[in-house]
Amino acid sequence: MDELIFFINRVLISGTVLGSIYALGAVGVTLIFGILRFAHFAHGDMMTMGAFVAFVLAAALTAMGIVTPLPMGFVVLPLAMIITAVLALGLDKGFYAPLRERGARPVTLLIASIGVTLMIQGLTRLIFGSGTRTFFESESKDIFRIDMSWAGGSRPISITEPQIIMFVVTALIVVALHLFLTRSRLGKAMRAMADNAALAQVSGINTALVVRVTWVIAGALACVAGTMLALDVALMPDLAFNIVLPIFAAAIVGGLGHAYGAIVGGFLIAFAETMAVFNWTAVLRPLNGILPEGMALPANLAVVPTEYKLTVAFVILVITLLVRPTGIFKGAST
Amino acid sequence: MPLIELKHVVGGYGGAPILNGVNMAIEASDIGVIVGPNGAGKSTTLKAIFGLLRVTGGTIDFGGENIANSLPDKLVPKGLSFVPQEKNVFTSMTVEENLEMGAFTRSDDFRPTMDWVYGMFPVLAEKRRQPAGELSGGQRQMVAMGRALMSKPKLLMLDEPSAGLSPRYVIEIFETIVRVNKEGVGILMVEQNARQALAFASKGFVLAQGQNRFTGTGPELIADPEVAKSFLGG
Repeated sequence: MDELIFFINRVLISGTVLGSIYALGAVGVTLIFGILRFAHFAHGDMMTMGAFVAFVLAAALTAMGIVTPLPMGFVVLPLAMIITAVLALGLDKGFYAPLRERGARPVTLLIASIGVTLMIQGLTRLIFGSGTRTFFESESKDIFRIDMSWAGGSRPISITEPQIIMFVVTALIVVALHLFLTRSRLGKAMRAMADNAALAQVSGINTALVVRVTWVIAGALACVAGTMLALDVALMPDLAFNIVLPIFAAAIVGGLGHAYGAIVGGFLIAFAETMAVFNWTAVLRPLNGILPEGMALPANLAVVPTEYKLTVAFVILVITLLVRPTGIFKGAST
Repeated sequence: MPLIELKHVVGGYGGAPILNGVNMAIEASDIGVIVGPNGAGKSTTLKAIFGLLRVTGGTIDFGGENIANSLPDKLVPKGLSFVPQEKNVFTSMTVEENLEMGAFTRSDDFRPTMDWVYGMFPVLAEKRRQPAGELSGGQRQMVAMGRALMSKPKLLMLDEPSAGLSPRYVIEIFETIVRVNKEGVGILMVEQNARQALAFASKGFVLAQGQNRFTGTGPELIADPEVAKSFLGG
């Protein structure tokens, strides 16, 4: 029983947390790719930016002496999402839109987004320094321990309050996104433009409006993902830059341009990573009893050491590109 | 006053002009058919009207104003609609969603128009929840036409609606075009099946090298020995 509890704590909960973050990031990447046909490399930094916006708001509220029952990072999230969405619109207007108007090719936009990456990171360091910060300076993470002694477990399943809220927020966003894409006029127009931009234009769809909505959604979701990452780990200028590659892997594995694919891809990559670095000896230890004399499980049975976690995303990416280049859901292959 | 009138339209994609002075006039009751050899500027004419390429000279009068170089999101609400030749459906979206996208510029209730379209293409009503990408070529062409009709256009422009279709569907599509026209929608189309299309055209235009070569009713053009010899394959 303890082995199962250990597995739940280490794989199921961590995997879901990481999966939520990857999924929300990958949705933004995939929507931007679907509408504007370029890989938005600065997406990770948009996440970091959103996290810092939330951090500033949370710090301001705390300084005003406001105490909330929920972690401050989540309380300020709606406002932080709006601000980040506006910043994302500004990024597009300032850097990508002028290039598009000149008929720049996707690779030019990709390189421009690398420039934006460096710029955002530089600005963040300039304003906040390069140190590590935490949302939990003045409040502590509540930890829920679910007693498992009724099932014969000696240890509890432990989950923190931010983690529970993360699951709820992610689930709400996924449902909201689904309803938006399938029920609303603008959501359908977004799918239409991702499907066939030329025909969307011919149909009279206001493509400039669709582009703006795309940035608003991508920015808002990046803010949520970044803030969740900062709540789960810590806040630093290169916070999300380090996970931009698994996020791209998630978007590609799911099928570029396909929002549901990005969500599935995000959780798939996250669980693969978590399980690959998980020490399986902890779960398989009872087998020691039935193994023949002189044989024992090694102390560490992880597939890859923690430092190589990132390679897991790439292995999955390479396999996907070899076996099913359009991703799990049929996305764009270009 | 004609529904749409092109006067000496010159235009192209930025290099040498492809259209060198095209003249055309279509009434609401007309079915206009543009024929001509490859590279004559047939599709280009439709694209020029729809703002998909630059018009550098001449005027395009529609509803009393010059619409040259207006973009589709302005033209569709004015009553213009265009069915491109290829990639003319949203393959990942259902038939019904395709039709809805045609009504994007409308803020009023478009259900009656949708029922009208389904009435014209009953097979689409059966497949309304199916992705358009799963339909046959002929059915896709119906979705494409249906999508274009959802904006309640005054003028429907079609680029080679019969391209790649089996003879059975060619007849069905042509019949539908005549039916749409009878309901008061002006038609301007480009056709590769020139003889077949000119047979029901009230206005025929033979283009060559981006200019009008012959103009007349469809049957007149078919009867003209010179047109028949040079452009209709004898």
